Amino acid sequence: MSSKAHGSNNIANARRMVQQLRVEASIERIKVQCSHHLQWVSKASADLMNYCSEHARNDPLLMGIPTSDNPFKDKKTCTIL
Amino acid sequence: MCDQTFMAATFGPCDSCGKTGPLMNIYIKNEPVNYCSFCVEVMAYRGLQKGETLETLRQESDTLKKKLEEERGKLNDVELHQVAEKIEVVGALSIKTRRVLKGHGNKVLCMDWCKDKRRLVSSSQDGKVIVWDGFTLNKENGVSLPCTWVMACAYAPSGCAVALGDGLDNKCSVIPLSLDKNENLATKKKSVAMHTNYVSGCTFTSSDMQILTSSGDGSCALWDVESGQLLQSFHGHTADVLSLDLSPSETGNTFVSGGCDKKSCVWDMRSGQNIQTFENHESDINCVKYYPSGDAFASASDDATCRLYDLRADREVAIYQKDSIIFGASSVDFSLSGRLLFAGYNDYSINVWDVLKVTRVSILFGHENRISRVCVSPDGTALCSASWDHTLRIWA
Repeated sequence: MSSKAHGSNNIANARRMVQQLRVEASIERIKVQCSHHLQWVSKASADLMNYCSEHARNDPLLMGIPTSDNPFKDKKTCTIL
Repeated sequence: MCDQTFMAATFGPCDSCGKTGPLMNIYIKNEPVNYCSFCVEVMAYRGLQKGETLETLRQESDTLKKKLEEERGKLNDVELHQVAEKIEVVGALSIKTRRVLKGHGNKVLCMDWCKDKRRLVSSSQDGKVIVWDGFTLNKENGVSLPCTWVMACAYAPSGCAVALGDGLDNKCSVIPLSLDKNENLATKKKSVAMHTNYVSGCTFTSSDMQILTSSGDGSCALWDVESGQLLQSFHGHTADVLSLDLSPSETGNTFVSGGCDKKSCVWDMRSGQNIQTFENHESDINCVKYYPSGDAFASASDDATCRLYDLRADREVAIYQKDSIIFGASSVDFSLSGRLLFAGYNDYSINVWDVLKVTRVSILFGHENRISRVCVSPDGTALCSASWDHTLRIWA
């Protein structure tokens, strides 16, 4: 790859990136103005916590389920003959 | 080498001069065009606006980035683990190896559970793809594709087919599964996706009819299985895309991808647009996985950390790291409730993290080589891990 092509490719890449960032910045401004798309981290974290609490009792790996219900755990214990 | 192979994303006639050759996919005024490298050079020099140089563009890009960070930062009022202080600590976990699946002759690169919660499919570097019954360790189906390097595999939602992503052929194929043990499944392989570099990840969408692939050529694509047609392509990564995950929410038509450019991107499947981008990792992102509610996702990276990103707060909310963990993380998955994050590392162990309190709960030892993939079963009763030590382990 010649350095000239590399140079122009950098410019093309940089322009593309700037264009993308311009778009993102305008979206961000609109989002913050509307403020119903972006949420405070505290609210978002609270939502994640609520989801976990609601589903925690159904989570077998978290709560542990009895051996009889878990198809992967072996039911019988070994006996010495 | 990665740089070079990425440059030629497609091959064909140039949109500008008509010569056939490797083409670069670029955007001019938001319109995608394919130009050969010579025409790109000519256009770039001609198109430079007055006073625009590489330096000014770079400066503008830096100011815009800072501005975005500022806007995001305004909403960061408290850390996730602080909010989670009032929640109970996770009790001691009794997770142990319950099954060891032996049968592959080389590194197991990928695996996926079937929706029936007992079958799973795994693929390895020797071209073998095996469908196992997780309860009985019975090998239900085996396909041998000796000239391929199956880097990705996925079970169809119906359980009637598997999709395989190729590292050498650059294709993603679909194989229908049959109950007939004598049938040679390799002959029924149907090529669906064609990339210009290795296929690193594949998944079916909500039905057996469409697959989503990610590739070393820096793009992701949505394909129709029946016709093999490209329905939508997703460009934006500047290096190999290593992983993707579909949003679990019913209304969600989005997916997240992560790659060697250290970025993770969220995409809209219908428009092909990049909705959000996150650039926090310090090295290649090996795996991305959505949180069960679809409002967040986790990523695992070679920088030895896993990170949690909240999509509505539009920022990273937790980093799962320890000074003692120095090896890269290759794969992550959430438990059913999303409270636990299982992460497989290159130091042969699986670390179990408390997602909310951002602490490590447990370490699972057993594998004798790198973990390539961890996957929780659809009903959350078990975790399966695939490793370079030629085996898979089921933990419960």
